[in-house]
Amino acid sequence: MTSNATSHLMRMFEEQHSLEDYQGGVPRWCTGCGDNAILTAVQRLCRDEDLRPEKTVFVSGIGCSSRFPHYMKTYGFHGVHGRALPIAQGIKLARPDLHVFVNTGDGDCCSIGAAHWIHAIRYNMNMTLMLHDNNIYGLTKKQASPTSPIGTKSNTTPRGSYLDAMNPLTVTLGVQNASFVAQAVDWIPDMLYDIISAAFHHKGFSFVRIIQRCPEFMPKAFDPWLNDPQRSLLLTHDDGVRPSPAIAKLYRNQEQHDPADIDRAREIASDAETIPVGILYRNPSIPCYEDIRLAGARRGPGMMRAGLEAEFDKFTIWPDGQQPAA
Amino acid sequence: MNATAAAAVPHRAAVDIQQHIVEIVSDSGEGAQRCGQSLGSIAARMGNGVWTTEIIPAEIQPPARSIAGASGNRIRLGSTSVTNGGDETDLVVAFNEQVLLGRVREGELKPGCVILLESMWREHRDAGIRAAYAETYERLVNDGFRVIEIPMERECLKIVSDARKGKNMWALGMLCCIYSLDVALGCEQVAVALKKKSAKVIEANQKLLQAGFAWAEENLDFKYRIPAIKATEPQVVVNGNTALALGVLASGMEICAMYPITPATSVSHYLSDVFERVGGLVHQAEDEIAAAAFTIGASYAGKCAVTVTSGPGYSLKQEAIGLAVMAEIPMVVINVQRGGPSTGQPTKVEQGDLLTVIYGSHGDAPKVVIAPSGIEDCFYSVITARKIAETFNMVVVVLSDSSLATAQTQFPRPQFDEEWQAPPVDQSPVPAGAKPYDWDEFTGLFQRMVPGQPGGMHTITGLAHDRNSRVAYDPATNEEGLRHRSLKLAALQQTLTTPAVFGGPEGDLLLVGWGSTRGAIEEAVTRLQAEGRSVSSLHLTFLQPMPSGIGEILRRFKHVVTIENNWSDRLSDDIINHDNRRYSALAWMLRGRYLVNVDCWSESRGRPIKPVDICNEVRTRLEKMRGTRA
Repeated sequence: MTSNATSHLMRMFEEQHSLEDYQGGVPRWCTGCGDNAILTAVQRLCRDEDLRPEKTVFVSGIGCSSRFPHYMKTYGFHGVHGRALPIAQGIKLARPDLHVFVNTGDGDCCSIGAAHWIHAIRYNMNMTLMLHDNNIYGLTKKQASPTSPIGTKSNTTPRGSYLDAMNPLTVTLGVQNASFVAQAVDWIPDMLYDIISAAFHHKGFSFVRIIQRCPEFMPKAFDPWLNDPQRSLLLTHDDGVRPSPAIAKLYRNQEQHDPADIDRAREIASDAETIPVGILYRNPSIPCYEDIRLAGARRGPGMMRAGLEAEFDKFTIWPDGQQPAA
Repeated sequence: MNATAAAAVPHRAAVDIQQHIVEIVSDSGEGAQRCGQSLGSIAARMGNGVWTTEIIPAEIQPPARSIAGASGNRIRLGSTSVTNGGDETDLVVAFNEQVLLGRVREGELKPGCVILLESMWREHRDAGIRAAYAETYERLVNDGFRVIEIPMERECLKIVSDARKGKNMWALGMLCCIYSLDVALGCEQVAVALKKKSAKVIEANQKLLQAGFAWAEENLDFKYRIPAIKATEPQVVVNGNTALALGVLASGMEICAMYPITPATSVSHYLSDVFERVGGLVHQAEDEIAAAAFTIGASYAGKCAVTVTSGPGYSLKQEAIGLAVMAEIPMVVINVQRGGPSTGQPTKVEQGDLLTVIYGSHGDAPKVVIAPSGIEDCFYSVITARKIAETFNMVVVVLSDSSLATAQTQFPRPQFDEEWQAPPVDQSPVPAGAKPYDWDEFTGLFQRMVPGQPGGMHTITGLAHDRNSRVAYDPATNEEGLRHRSLKLAALQQTLTTPAVFGGPEGDLLLVGWGSTRGAIEEAVTRLQAEGRSVSSLHLTFLQPMPSGIGEILRRFKHVVTIENNWSDRLSDDIINHDNRRYSALAWMLRGRYLVNVDCWSESRGRPIKPVDICNEVRTRLEKMRGTRA
């Protein structure tokens, strides 16, 4: 008979996972879709962190991005349009022992699910959200999304979209309790990995907007940034992510940005000309909703009965002589 | 007993009666609610059957002395157990004539009803108020009510400096005297009702109660006694929403996600107060949809959860409910119905959501629907709902309504049963080769795999899927999923027992009801049978699936009529005929399923159906039937 600790250690040795352990079905995304880069980064992360597949849940809504859980060999919940976050919150509150990830898109998160996005920031539950932002609705075949640049020609805006694009970074940074806000791009995979990894390690609601190319419907959307590396701004810091020398050589526009500085984070996020890549803001001191709510006693044996009898006592009329002594 | 007072009114002996309905109405904030609830509690403790109903204005602070502003309580007292609010009111205490007028206009007072009216308005400094009072008084007297003017304010001022705080307890004392209730028990109840107040406040209120009692003893010329048969088992006295909340506590569920909505919110108020003591919690979500999705997430992760709402919220939740149906995740949804459609009548009574909860959510979305038929049922139905939800991996809707929500009565104190507890979250490894949707060919049932179970990893989806939970659009797989999700209802149906007929097993007329109307329908049937009429009733608690044997029962009666608190077209409208008439919800279902010519009689007046109205309708119908036959 081995002790609990020994059996735990033994299990740890057994459970060295490889990439294959996290690879589910073959992705059905289009060739060149930026979602593939995100999937690769996440599978690497799971392997490197040695996450137990049965203790890991990917939750998604509806859209191209939301096919994500099907391609992971963990538990997955492919839900309804816009509602990935409240589903993920229910999972986390019921089971804080699970690692929870949310994959969502610019339509799923910023349009139909916008209310949940705002409130997820406030709840600050410990989970990682990846916003796959390609500036377009893909699965329904090319309609303008809230993040489509003004003038985007789509099937519902054939003469160009009417409104200025929403900026998911400034929105998130504007909500009470924002605790982790970062941005990555699919075309710098190493930093994509580092940023998602930092998000995973942050305790709280980690919001990662990942700019992701849709070769089918928005093939040129990010060309200005791809063609001119100076239009990307790498955010580096000892407390943030540090690009590799090769990346640093190519993307010379860099800024030492302290993720604790929310005012500078908001300025960086507001610059429409430049795509910042890195961690904009991190505040590990904001409490998580599940920690607040689960601070009391968890249900133990006898607790339900005792509580119930106490409640019945409040409402009971006892027959003469039957009332138990207080 | 005060000997002097008895001597002062020597002709007055308590008259024994079987039941009485008393109302107390005031402006909002004058304490009529507390007075009424306390009266109900005292009577219940004396062993009387009680059924109390709240009279709630739609606004939080309606203007004082307004017809629409009546706030208070309606208490039906009986010798034995009381199952519904009964007919019109026999006696009413009113703190001003305007709120009283509201009740008169709604037709809630019995002809000749005794009215105990605060008289201070007769000498009010405002001439307009004086005139309004005098005019109303005259009209009420002319209309045949027995109006007794009572100087409540003046009497209270002898004891306290602000009569607004305490007049309700003085009135309670008066009512204790009128119904021969024990004044000492009344004082005890005051202490219970004001337990959060200081000893000084409690004492002042007890004095007011005694003063009210003594005043009535000396000045009123009538007195009743409702002989009580005291229960030998402990009873709990709660309203339907508290019973639902207690049911949640007893069901083994740990998480309730909700969004505020009238008239369901008080379930969550009470739960928020006590749930954490048993290791549970209430999550107030950002909206109704989030509350449903949160519930589904928690259930998916292994802890079957509940969401509580009313009609408008239910409409919003329907897409999420469809997801739970498709992915076969257990879920309990409590819908405390109100008047609809749209915002409708938030504080009023209606049974308008039956077809929505059975057939709602797009596509074929089979769900279980249970409608508690009384306060006790509210408690047990939540326990049943959780068990069914987890056994069948289904959505179970508990369909209450606002007449049960605020009605208070007593029922035997439940005996704790270990079976109520939810099983621990299964974290055992999944056997190799097991499939996430390993549907049983006969019942459609399967063993769900929850996160944490090694080897069970799979992605659940609202898309059509096969036994491996893989997205599949081929015709055979789609029908396989639909078939197994539907079979589960049939499997549950096989376990249900046929409901008993109330009254004779066959006859001229069968009344069929569901949900909160049970008490009123059965009381009407009892009265009609006493008149020698061949009438029985059947009450359905399981609406989806319906137990077997119902068709046979319907066919044993010459006529079948559903009694429902919802809309049905009236054949008296010129344009309505048998081809285009829209029937009440249950009538539609019974006609469709059993091919029996089921008629319906319904009201949508925003209040509980009264036994007297059912009786009148039945008498008319039976006369007509006799006429046609002759």
